[in-house]
Amino acid sequence: MRYAVIDSWVVAKRDLIHWLREPVRVFANLAYPIISVLIFGLVFGSAMNVFGGGDYIEFLLPGMFGQTIAFGVGTTLMMVSMDADRGVTDRFRASPMSQTGVVAGRSIADLVNSSLELLVLALCGLVIGWSFHDGLLNALAAFALFLWLRFALVWVGIYLGLLVKPEAAQASWMFLFPLTMFANTFVSPELMPGWLRAVSEWNPLSSTVAAARELFGNPGVGGDSWAAQHSLLLAVLWPAVFVAIFWPLSVLKYRNLSR
Amino acid sequence: MGHAVFAEGLRKRFDQKAALDGFDLAVPAGTVCGLLGPNGAGKTTAVRILATLLRLDGGRAEVAGFDVAREAPQVRSQVALNGQQSTVDDVLTGKENLVMWGRLYHLSRRQAEARADELLEQFGLTDAADKRAKHYSGGMRRRLDLASSFIMRPSVLFLDEPTTGLDPRNRGEVWREVKRVVAEGTTVLLTTQYLDEADQLADQIVVLDTGRVAAQGTPDQLKSRLGGDRIEVVVRTSEELPVVREVLGHDAEVDPDGFRVSAAVTDRVAALTRVTSGLASRGVEAEDIALRRPTLDEVFLAITGHRAEVRA
Repeated sequence: MRYAVIDSWVVAKRDLIHWLREPVRVFANLAYPIISVLIFGLVFGSAMNVFGGGDYIEFLLPGMFGQTIAFGVGTTLMMVSMDADRGVTDRFRASPMSQTGVVAGRSIADLVNSSLELLVLALCGLVIGWSFHDGLLNALAAFALFLWLRFALVWVGIYLGLLVKPEAAQASWMFLFPLTMFANTFVSPELMPGWLRAVSEWNPLSSTVAAARELFGNPGVGGDSWAAQHSLLLAVLWPAVFVAIFWPLSVLKYRNLSR
Repeated sequence: MGHAVFAEGLRKRFDQKAALDGFDLAVPAGTVCGLLGPNGAGKTTAVRILATLLRLDGGRAEVAGFDVAREAPQVRSQVALNGQQSTVDDVLTGKENLVMWGRLYHLSRRQAEARADELLEQFGLTDAADKRAKHYSGGMRRRLDLASSFIMRPSVLFLDEPTTGLDPRNRGEVWREVKRVVAEGTTVLLTTQYLDEADQLADQIVVLDTGRVAAQGTPDQLKSRLGGDRIEVVVRTSEELPVVREVLGHDAEVDPDGFRVSAAVTDRVAALTRVTSGLASRGVEAEDIALRRPTLDEVFLAITGHRAEVRA
């Protein structure tokens, strides 16, 4: 058990050092959400309507948080598939280190990484006019929901990362991008055609984003669908479902590396 | 007893293809065994099973006295694996790489650092200790990778094609390091596609073909089985071929299209002198005369009866 903690920390530290020493990557990770906030908030912002009224930048920020979190799965996927491809995973497996350490370390590094991204985005949002209105505790609860989703996505990333080659992992954003757009992240689902609206409302990302809007006191909350009305519940449940599916799948996949 | 690596009737299938089909191996402690074979012969599969990375479908194997199937954790604490790819982390410095592995092998931070310094010294990397590994040359990177395998002074070291892709100077460096750890008592199981590598390092060579042992013995035993070196004479006209054959002896092979005659020889330089003077006394002026070591292809041809299949 003690070794599991040490192993996790050693593995996490490796990733964090990577992150710190490769300014280009830090920049690339942060530049996209910041530029998006500026483009959507300040460029498209004046042409955007929030269903039910409200300021678009106030509406946008929780959506941006959500997209950043969802993109995190790409990071996990990439790191896991690169480790597997380079034989690092094999070295881990042939060593006496605890197998929990490998994945726990991954989770810690990814959560720290995403927390920093959220922090930078939030500061950026505060500068251009976003804020939270229902107290710090609710705001922290909202961020906790985002990180809960991120934790669930770590398992999705581990499973997919063991499944694909790094070249394929690199293309993952092509799928992630629309998945984060067919949601309530940038536009209210109420303004979309019927079928897409249903998809967007039931998109797990939408639940977390809607719950966060509620906790932040930002506009764009509510809707007719069951999913929209129970966003807080679903924001807790969806990630739990992901974990329940992908945790065992990842463990199985990891074990089957020896088949 | 006394075998650091022992395998009996190992079987492993991938989908419909048998990668190992009744593979036996016995490596005495403190020696180097070279697993030689073409791509796809099952070398890597064998190493991965012995290093507990792959489950075996049949047979049994013991490494450092522990059963690989039932006592995998004990095996892992006794072995180190150095795969075909480098697991060196480019972003970390040389020392950080070694400390990381030390920590993962459950040394304390202080022990890990002390061991890292020791290894950097041994592998001639002290000056580059605080440089990021991405600035290392190919040979330095390989040495760092090897150093990370020695953190725990493993009793068995698996080296999977340790010098593939290295230039001759760096290969020499790696060979030197391997010899050094063997002198310290580590048993090495080495896979390679290079005959000269096995020749340099191995006490015993096992030739694998399609998942089975095709031949084994000391390098000298195998070489004599192959007929050793060949002498090759190229002439300008086909009329000269029978004369050359007469000089080279009746076992000589004649390749009429290439105006080429070749024969096995045992006494390298003496044979060259004999053939040169023999040709001169018969008035034959050769286009080319050369002594040639058997190529890897000829090794496989001789032992397995078919050419090495090289995967593209």
